[in-house]
Amino acid sequence: MALTTDDIKQIAHLARIGVDETTLEPLRADLSTVLELVEQLNAIDTNGVEPMAHPGNAELRLRPDMVSESDQRKTLQEPAPAVEQGYFLVPRVIE
Amino acid sequence: MYEKTLAEQSRMLANGECSSTELTKHYLDRIARLDTDLNSLVSVDADSALQGAEDADRKRKSSAPSNAEMPLLGVPMVHKDIFCVAGGRTTCGSRMLEHFNAPYSATVVNKLNDAGMVMLGKANMDEFAMGSSNENSYFGAVKNPWKRDCVPGGSSGGSAALVAARLAPVATGTDTGGSIRQPAAFCGLTGIKPTYGRVSRYGMIAFASSLDQAGPLATTAEDCAMVLQAMAGFDERDSTSSNEPVPNYMADLDKPINGLKIGVPEEYFSAGLDDGVATQVRAALAEFEKLGAKLKSISLPNQSMCIPAYYVVAPAEASSNLSRFDGVRFGYRCEDPVDLDDLYTRSRGEGFGAEVKRRILIGTYALSAGYYDAYYLQALKVRRLISDDFDAAFKEVDVIAGPTTPTPAFQTGAKTDDPIAMYLNDLYTVSANLCGLPAISMSCGEVDDLPVGLQLTGKHFDEARLLHAAHSYQQTTDWHRRMPAGIE
Repeated sequence: MALTTDDIKQIAHLARIGVDETTLEPLRADLSTVLELVEQLNAIDTNGVEPMAHPGNAELRLRPDMVSESDQRKTLQEPAPAVEQGYFLVPRVIE
Repeated sequence: MYEKTLAEQSRMLANGECSSTELTKHYLDRIARLDTDLNSLVSVDADSALQGAEDADRKRKSSAPSNAEMPLLGVPMVHKDIFCVAGGRTTCGSRMLEHFNAPYSATVVNKLNDAGMVMLGKANMDEFAMGSSNENSYFGAVKNPWKRDCVPGGSSGGSAALVAARLAPVATGTDTGGSIRQPAAFCGLTGIKPTYGRVSRYGMIAFASSLDQAGPLATTAEDCAMVLQAMAGFDERDSTSSNEPVPNYMADLDKPINGLKIGVPEEYFSAGLDDGVATQVRAALAEFEKLGAKLKSISLPNQSMCIPAYYVVAPAEASSNLSRFDGVRFGYRCEDPVDLDDLYTRSRGEGFGAEVKRRILIGTYALSAGYYDAYYLQALKVRRLISDDFDAAFKEVDVIAGPTTPTPAFQTGAKTDDPIAMYLNDLYTVSANLCGLPAISMSCGEVDDLPVGLQLTGKHFDEARLLHAAHSYQQTTDWHRRMPAGIE
């Protein structure tokens, strides 16, 4: 399917990826080509075929609902760009 | 010492012919001399490597573990920079993680550490493991040691280049659509992608969770067997880790392969395959026949659908996995965001490279309302059909053989403007990921002084048979022993 640059803007918005005006057209061309490639899948009759989301038909394991990890808040927040009093900082959301 | 295989080095360490400190210094010196040109490593930690080597030497002296107990004790190695190492920088080849210090280590890192291996540094790679040439790294392209104007393959391109240049006897890699096997083929190495669930994915930065698997790249199948032995096994921290017992991969290596049934899919030798590669692969298959294997022509009718199905499934999973990079909890954050949306949008727009953005956008589109059934669901159904083809084939044969890649390594820059041409590198490798099957690539010839890879795909959890077959082939051929020029 041939996409438009408006489609690209919409997809980029859904993915929260900033795309500048100059790259819109090359992206549109690239993505349209990839979609053409994957649309070959439509030629296959898949009526009654069970989708395979995962190899090996693995059923997810359950474990006892018990605490297995210790509190590592400080360690895990170390790589964050901005932290204060144990919270992640983001720009003001509520005026 | 660098001409020796890992197995030989392991015996030398056990016999006291060399120490881990000597071996580690030897490789650190080689890295310092040779890697400024290759760019195969993104970080080297000489102090911690030498410390690890000293610990290994002390352990050899004090408790003298037998080589059967700790065959890897003191052997140097490199991790692909997708594996988290606690306290160390883990970049995944991305600006997004340029300054990321992992708070914990991957299970693979812990396991190889427990086995006594000495980590020299971290290998360059395509950003977030997306690529087939290692040209998508934020830290620059990697050169192929065989021909410096050619790519080493990807995404584990740094791992492959450094082992080919003998900067370490082994490196870890990850394989989502061919990222261990394709660079192994391009660089004249042996590389194995194990069965899905065989090696823990904990602490390995996720690209496509139903496809990703870790494995080793080394010069021989025996070396791969030794390292995979230490990497494999159940891990409570990976919800898709398998309980299947890990066999001894070394046990049957030297047995004959008499009667091994090798399936040769006609679809692997059709349009798109380089003539030179075809000739070398057919010669390798003839060699297997001489060793006692039986060749059988088979068909994988949905082979042509592997790349289309893969380029829906992998980007869809990537778009979901990579949503975690939000500029809030870890990774790159843009300057002076005006609001939350601006923070997300600019952090991701500036932090991700072109190919990663392309794939996230394709995945987002394929999963979006109105297109989910047409793209994603259809791809999952075709994935089932591809898997059924392999199940049917494995009723008749033990392994399936063919070329690892359609061509040998190509020139740097040759395919950067054409995503589809780049994706077709993985024509023969993505099926193993879609179906969760193990597959190994071994060097089986040369075309224009560049190595050619032969791929064997096996049944689920049949890694031992793949390693055994590759090892047998390597006993009567010497392609795996060849080294690029200019790495003395």
